[in-house]
Amino acid sequence: MSDDLLGTFKAILSEEFGVPEDDITKDATFEALGLDSLDVVELTLVLEEKTGVKLEDEELEDVRSVGDAIAKVEEKQG
Amino acid sequence: MLLDGKRLLITGVLDPRSIAFFVAKVAQEQGAEIVLTGFGRGMRLTQRAADRLPETPDILELDVTQPEHLTAVAAQLDERWGRLDGVLHAIGFAPASCLGGGFLDAPWEDVATALHVSTYSYAALGRSLADLLAVDGGSIVGLDFDAQIAWPGYDWMGVAKAGLESANRYLARDLGPRGIRVNLVAAGPLHTMAARSIDGFGDFESVWQERAPLGWDLRDPEPVARTVCALLSDWMPAVTGEIVHVDGGVHAVGAGVPDDVVTPAED
Ligand SMILES: NC(=O)c1ccc[n+]([C@@H]2O[C@H](COP(=O)([O-])OP(=O)(O)OC[C@H]3O[C@@H](n4cnc5c(N)ncnc54)[C@H](O)[C@@H]3O)[C@@H](O)[C@H]2O)c1
Repeated sequence: MSDDLLGTFKAILSEEFGVPEDDITKDATFEALGLDSLDVVELTLVLEEKTGVKLEDEELEDVRSVGDAIAKVEEKQG
Repeated sequence: MLLDGKRLLITGVLDPRSIAFFVAKVAQEQGAEIVLTGFGRGMRLTQRAADRLPETPDILELDVTQPEHLTAVAAQLDERWGRLDGVLHAIGFAPASCLGGGFLDAPWEDVATALHVSTYSYAALGRSLADLLAVDGGSIVGLDFDAQIAWPGYDWMGVAKAGLESANRYLARDLGPRGIRVNLVAAGPLHTMAARSIDGFGDFESVWQERAPLGWDLRDPEPVARTVCALLSDWMPAVTGEIVHVDGGVHAVGAGVPDDVVTPAED
């Protein structure tokens, strides 16, 4: 499951935010990937469109890395 | 429908939580044709939000501190519609030094930015659109946060809003003779991007939970949006220079709502 989600994140971050795909690992932090607060809001909107999971951006606030975000989405998918 | 055939400009849609997003949605549901404006780096987000509206509207670029943007927006609306029935000003910004307890330390340059974006721009927008609004008696609506008293953390934004309240009266005075109404909606606190930048926003939350006679939902901008649409409609024709509080009633009461309110016994 979470490998699928990593794939989803890779697709979103590379296609929509121009992050080089090789940089996108579970340990990569959003900050290191060059995403600021507006990008993070946008990321939540794209995520919602692609996965149907609605994350408030404040929920992503204590989420530092791609791996953390995947865990949140999984938690929400239940 | 309330806004059938109205042509409206709606600024301030940043994302789907923006107050302006809800105004755009209600306005479309009520039959209005709308155009949005977006600002700088946020344009991408505005586009994503626009895609979630009942009908995807066009987006014009507007940094309200750039006079040439204001001129260009007016020209584009003139070409598109030749008139304008209403505009929502939903724009506010203050640098971090101006918020969250920095009142005595904020440097003038930062305060100037806050006043430029949040106060002066209201008059600038009104001036640049006045000719189009005058064609058929248009309506200008701005978004306020009750500025009669000092709030925790709101600091220079509170001063900017007090200025906005005054600018609202002067704009109403100067545009009234051309048939243009000018009013503010003073909203209770809502969870938006702008609100997130205010340290101490949580304090507002508890004030509203305690004091709003009608109750207040910080995640529901629709009551504010509906009131804005009412002011944009033909149903408040002689109202101008006014501030309508859409805050669950907090502005009217001085203390918490007692939980043992006694309703007089019927006899
Ligand atoms: N959220 C609240 O609790 C609350 C309460 C009362 C009033 N308001 C007011 O409502 C209005 C809208 O704010 P919101 O809460 O929907 O937050 P928001 O962050 O969604 O909207 C603020 C908007 O201001 C725009 N903006 C900032 N600088 C700009 C500039 N230079 N040119 C053009 N646009 C610019 C942003 O792009 C954004 O769309 C603001 O005036 C705010 O002060 C908000």
